Order: sequence, then C-alpha cells, then structure tokens
Amino acid sequence: MLTKRIIPCLDIKNGRTVKGVRFEDIRDAGDPVELAALYAKQGADELVFLDITATNEKRKTLVELVREVARYIDIPFTVGGGISAVEDVEVLLQNGADKVSVNSSAIHRPELITELASRFGSQCVTVAIDTKSTPEGWKVFSKAGTVDTDLWALDWAKEVVERGAGEILLTSMSNDGTKNGFALDITGEISRNVIVPVIASGGAGNEQHFLDVFEVGADAALAASIFHFQEVPIPGLKRFLAENKIDIRI
Amino acid sequence: MKIVIVDYKAGNVQSVLFALERLGAHATVTSNAEEIQSADKVIFPGVGEASSAMRALKVNNLDQLLPTLTQPFLGVCLGMQLLCQHSEEGDTQMLGIIPVPVKKFDAAIKVPHMGWNNLHHLKSDLFTGIQEEEYAYFVHSFYAPVTEHTIAQSSYPEPFSAALQYKNFYAVQFHTEKSGPAGAHILQNFLNL
Repeated sequence: MLTKRIIPCLDIKNGRTVKGVRFEDIRDAGDPVELAALYAKQGADELVFLDITATNEKRKTLVELVREVARYIDIPFTVGGGISAVEDVEVLLQNGADKVSVNSSAIHRPELITELASRFGSQCVTVAIDTKSTPEGWKVFSKAGTVDTDLWALDWAKEVVERGAGEILLTSMSNDGTKNGFALDITGEISRNVIVPVIASGGAGNEQHFLDVFEVGADAALAASIFHFQEVPIPGLKRFLAENKIDIRI
Repeated sequence: MKIVIVDYKAGNVQSVLFALERLGAHATVTSNAEEIQSADKVIFPGVGEASSAMRALKVNNLDQLLPTLTQPFLGVCLGMQLLCQHSEEGDTQMLGIIPVPVKKFDAAIKVPHMGWNNLHHLKSDLFTGIQEEEYAYFVHSFYAPVTEHTIAQSSYPEPFSAALQYKNFYAVQFHTEKSGPAGAHILQNFLNL
C-alpha cells in the first residue's frame, strides 16, 4: 500500500539551516546536508527545504546546496521559497531537486503553475497554500501570511490542481507554532476535494496530532521544530502510527 | 565498465549520476549513438510527459537506436513507460520494445501515485537480496498493468507493474536513485548483471 509520508522541513538562509536544532549526534546543526542525512537515516520519507534568503545573488548558494543534498541524500526532496519563473525551477531540477514549491508567485500569476507543469510535469510542482481561519471561513494569505488575498482556501486548492499542480502543501497559519495539532477541518475538506496528494503543515505537537491528520485524509504531514528539537523523534512517531493502523514505511 | 545515461533532455540525469557516484560508479551522459552502442550498461531515466519525451528522442534518432541495443538496459520511471507499446498519456506511440500498454490510473484515486509503496512478487536478478514488501519511491500518473513481463508488482490499490523485463531491457517504475538503501541495492544489482 502507498504509505503516508512524514516530512521534516528545513528553513535555509544563505545555505545554512536557521531554526535552532538540538541534535547531540550531529557535528554541525547548521549544515543542511548533515541534518538531511540524519533525517533520512531516521526514516523521513521526504524533505522540504524552504529558502528564506532575500537576494538573488545569495540564491546561488541555494543551487549549490541543492546539488550537495542531491549528491548525498537518497530520498526525495522539495525546494521552495522565492521561486517565480520557469528558469528558477529549471536550475533547481537540473541540480537534483525532485520537486519545487511555489506560493505567492502562483497567487500573483496563476499561469506560472501551468507553465511549470507543462514544462517539467505536474509531479514536480507543489503549490504551497498558507491559510488562516477567519470568521467567514478559511482564506488564503500570501507574502508569508501578511497579505489577505480574498481567495478561499478550498477554491484556490481546486484551481491550482486544475492548473496542473501535482501536490498541495497546506499550512494553517492559525495552527502553526501552537503545537495544538493540525487544522483538521480544512485539511480534511481539501483532501477530499482534490485529486492530488495533500501535505498537512502547521500545529504538530505530538504523535497523536499526526494520527489525527492522517485519519481525516492528509497524504503526508510536515513539521519543523518538533523534529529539530527531538520533541517527536521520527522513528518513535512512525512506530506509533503503524501501531494505530496507519500505512507507514518503517 | 562503461556506463552511459541516455541524454534526451527529459531525465533527472543529475540524480542518477549522484546515485551511481554513491556506488562508486562513473557514467557518461550522452546522446551519441556509438557511445551508447559501445557501453556495457545503458541507463534511461525520465521524468515529465510522454509525448514530448518521445519527440525529444526522435531529435537524435534515439527512437531508432534504443530498440536495437543488446546490452543490459535499465529504464527508470518515464524511461520505463517509454519502452512500452502505447501510452494513454497524450495518446502516444512509445518505443514498442516491451509489449505492454501504459494506462491512466482510475480517476477515483489520487494521482500522481506519489510516495513510498511496497514491492512484491519479485522475480529477477535485479532484485537479488531485496525482500518481498521492501519499499520504493514512486511518482507517476500512468502505469503498466501486470503481464507476463512483470518482474515486480506494487498496488495502488490494484496491482500494477513496478518493474518489467523483456530480453535485455529492464525497467522500473519507481525511482531507484531516490529509494534509499534498497534503491541503491537494486541499482547495484543492475550494474552486476
């Protein structure tokens, strides 16, 4: 059976991981390749690298990083952050990235999704959607959650799939950082209404939260700090999920 | 041993090169007919869409060359599907080396079939040392059904061909280069053929 995926997310700035990482068995916690190798060994199913480097010149270090990750890591990885053109994607894929994720640039110019899908195939186009719960419902926010787009999360999810997205990375900004669990309602609703896999993100605090989000239909679940700080170690998490009848790769 | 990776601008060539490098092997990336013909092993990766990949193969007459090869040959992902007969993706006539069709997954399930899935019914030297139910990483929206040429199956939810073999042509639907230690083992088995 196809298994549910556990995905650690690494924030990258100038080629280094930025969120504090507490691993005793790692020499340089700021080295994304060493951290990625550790996660792969622990049983992570994929990795996401989110580049938060601001300038174009510094982004060259991202390409070098992608190349080093591809050289040493034998599981798939996605690269996101600041991607706005076909050329950006071409260089990342050529250097060994398996997928890219686009967010604000796709909201700004939705045709980008179709351009990427027709050029490289839907399988490498992940659209990241940042959503917030409002009194009227779940809305999409862009520019790292600062701009209310007036788009409804479910409508936008359906549109990006129609335009060629092969996967959705759904982050609930209302849950992110709370450690109170994923946004089960919107994650379940979008999972049931699109034909592509959905990665749930934002709010994971314990093993039960992963079980909950898989039970509402998420295909994968992403987290950062709880993995970096070993609050929820991946091997134990995967055993817990398997014991609770979730199809998972052990 | 001379290993070549067929270059037709539609493959994740770099990932395959790195996977070989991790095994201590070196490969040449080429579309040159003589280079390909004289190789001991030929690897044929592929990602993307079927009809545009077939067009790319025709640019260098690779569609004529590849069926004539006699050394161990490994198609990966779209590289596997291109070896088949006909694909429902873009109603495309493929290379026709392995007499198997390529079909679209049922609309009732999520596509792409993306993630780690088990391999079962393993039968080939390609899987020497690989346990039944071992996991491999898949990303695809079209599949080859199970036929007499199937050497590994996977299920989504119905069984399909995770790997095919016809004469010297081996083909895997999953990404050996992204399937962890098991994928590396399968790639090494191919190099050992």
